[in-house]
Amino acid sequence: MARIDLDHIRHSYLANPERDEDYALKEVHHTFADGGAYALLGPSGCGKTSLLNIISGLVPPTRGRVLFDGADVTDLPTENRNIAQVFQFPVIYDTMTVFDNLAFPLRNRGVDEADVKRRVNETLEIIDLANWAKKRAQGLTADQKQKISLGRGLVRQDVNAILFDEPLTVIDPHMKWVLRSQLKQLHKRFGYTMVYVTHDQTEALTFADSVVVMYEGQVVQIGTPAELFERPSHTFVGYFIGSPGMNVLPVKMQGAKAHLGPHVIELPGAPKAGSGARLELGVRPEYVRVGDEGMPIQLQAVEDIGRHRIVRGTLEGSDIAAIVPEHQELPSEPRVTFDPKGINIYADSWRQTLEA
Amino acid sequence: MDRTWNNKAWFLVLPVLVLVAFSAIIPLMTVVNYSVQDTFGNNQFFWAGLDWFDDTLHSERFWAALWRNLLFSGIILAIEIPLGIFIALNMPKRGWGVPVCLVLMALPLLIPWNVVGTIWQVFGRVDIGLLGRTLASLGIDYNYVQDPFDAWATIVVMDVWHWTSLVVLLCYAGLVSIPDAYYQAARIDGASRWSVFRFIQLPKMQRVLLIAVLLRFMDSFMIYTEPFVVTGGGPGNETTFLSIDLVKMAIGQFDVGPAAAMSLIYFLIVLLVSYVFYTVMTNVGKGAEQ
Repeated sequence: MARIDLDHIRHSYLANPERDEDYALKEVHHTFADGGAYALLGPSGCGKTSLLNIISGLVPPTRGRVLFDGADVTDLPTENRNIAQVFQFPVIYDTMTVFDNLAFPLRNRGVDEADVKRRVNETLEIIDLANWAKKRAQGLTADQKQKISLGRGLVRQDVNAILFDEPLTVIDPHMKWVLRSQLKQLHKRFGYTMVYVTHDQTEALTFADSVVVMYEGQVVQIGTPAELFERPSHTFVGYFIGSPGMNVLPVKMQGAKAHLGPHVIELPGAPKAGSGARLELGVRPEYVRVGDEGMPIQLQAVEDIGRHRIVRGTLEGSDIAAIVPEHQELPSEPRVTFDPKGINIYADSWRQTLEA
Repeated sequence: MDRTWNNKAWFLVLPVLVLVAFSAIIPLMTVVNYSVQDTFGNNQFFWAGLDWFDDTLHSERFWAALWRNLLFSGIILAIEIPLGIFIALNMPKRGWGVPVCLVLMALPLLIPWNVVGTIWQVFGRVDIGLLGRTLASLGIDYNYVQDPFDAWATIVVMDVWHWTSLVVLLCYAGLVSIPDAYYQAARIDGASRWSVFRFIQLPKMQRVLLIAVLLRFMDSFMIYTEPFVVTGGGPGNETTFLSIDLVKMAIGQFDVGPAAAMSLIYFLIVLLVSYVFYTVMTNVGKGAEQ
């Protein structure tokens, strides 16, 4: 197990990157603590897989350093970094048995056969494939194959970290739950440093203690699931996490008052942002109250999703969504108010602290 | 079950049946017909039963040609398959080198058989050929017209030059279809270059290799044009393969009966060996189960 430091990592797939847009990873400076469970969350193409491959050494970064427990490993080849990585699609060695598949990384490192046997059998118990040890890996189902990929990572108990690159994409929903909770248990039991790449917020939020949200090649927020939900530091985080995402409405500020069209919303303080910035008010649907008071909205649709309903409408020309309890009556001319504790102010998409 | 039975649908396959009949079945039956009869010309035929088959299977000439053919195919496979795999492994996977290599590899395959034969026939001549003269000036006594070993070497090298590309292209197709994740996982697992070949590349190439082996076996076992052009089957009968012998018998000597019997036996051997290759290669490694 190790602490992993990413020291001003930038990466471009072009030979001579010049502008900021040339970089797939703009700049990542972050520490993954020893024994932490992290999720890298972001849309496709945001650079999460690149970042993962930089940690494992499959991709050398254009700029910056990678450190394991303080030691610079930037130039160390993958095979010497002692990293385990599980890929999106299961990688198995077809011609080998399940046992040999798991033994492969150990045998390659010259572990003696008695140890190989002991550790492989332990790992087979963990991933629940003990009965399949002597079967050829080729004929297994997708989730069994992915378990083998996972097992090849777990079998080396001294790995610096285990990296997951959207490992549950090909697994069917029920098995996803099972495997995810197994991963969580493994983390608790052995204290691996785990980094889990995904574009699925549920996966990220249930797996990780700390979620790293990436957007267009940079880290936009690092936090616990609750922080990401309550205080998204970038409008993208607000939009990406939560279902439906955060409402973002253009406003004008005057001291501690936000002007939304003709309406005035009182805030606990004034943002520091400069005058030229594009200001927006973000409020999650969970904090929008629908009733007879407040700002009138044009109702568009009401979606019943079981335990509650989503009210969709327009407020001063912007789309707005609100979550209302199952049994609440909707007035014929609905109006909305915002719960003050759910309001965030953004300047040029970044969250502002409000000063009283 | 409300199935409509309409036998008129059979007419749809009639054109194919007619085509196959004319291109394969009728010629084959003609050969079968010849193989059990004797003729002295004038379109007069006499029943000969299985005599020709008996004669062929007891003919030293047939067994010698068959042995030469098997040896030739064995040498060809032993050289072209490993060499083809080796070249495919070392071809670039991306960049401008890919089309260049592919075109270079495809070139020999585009040349007609008899032209290949002519090229090497001239190339190897001691009096005017580039290869022949160079070897002679190096003090090597090379003469494919008189020396059986030289004749064999020339034909083998010629075939390797002509057909290794096919193996390369097939293997290359198998190699580029391997997702990057396999190589990445192998690096994570600390696999050696040899392990990557043995456990990733070779298994993924298995299917195309099967095709390569079958094609190269059948082709080399039926080889006719190139040795015919270069050595004419000589010196003596040293490079007389089954096909050359067959043509000599059927057209040179007009022994249609024995020739027909021989071609049927020849056909059955090709079929049998191909079947064995196929069975062995599709089952390879399956023994590891259980």
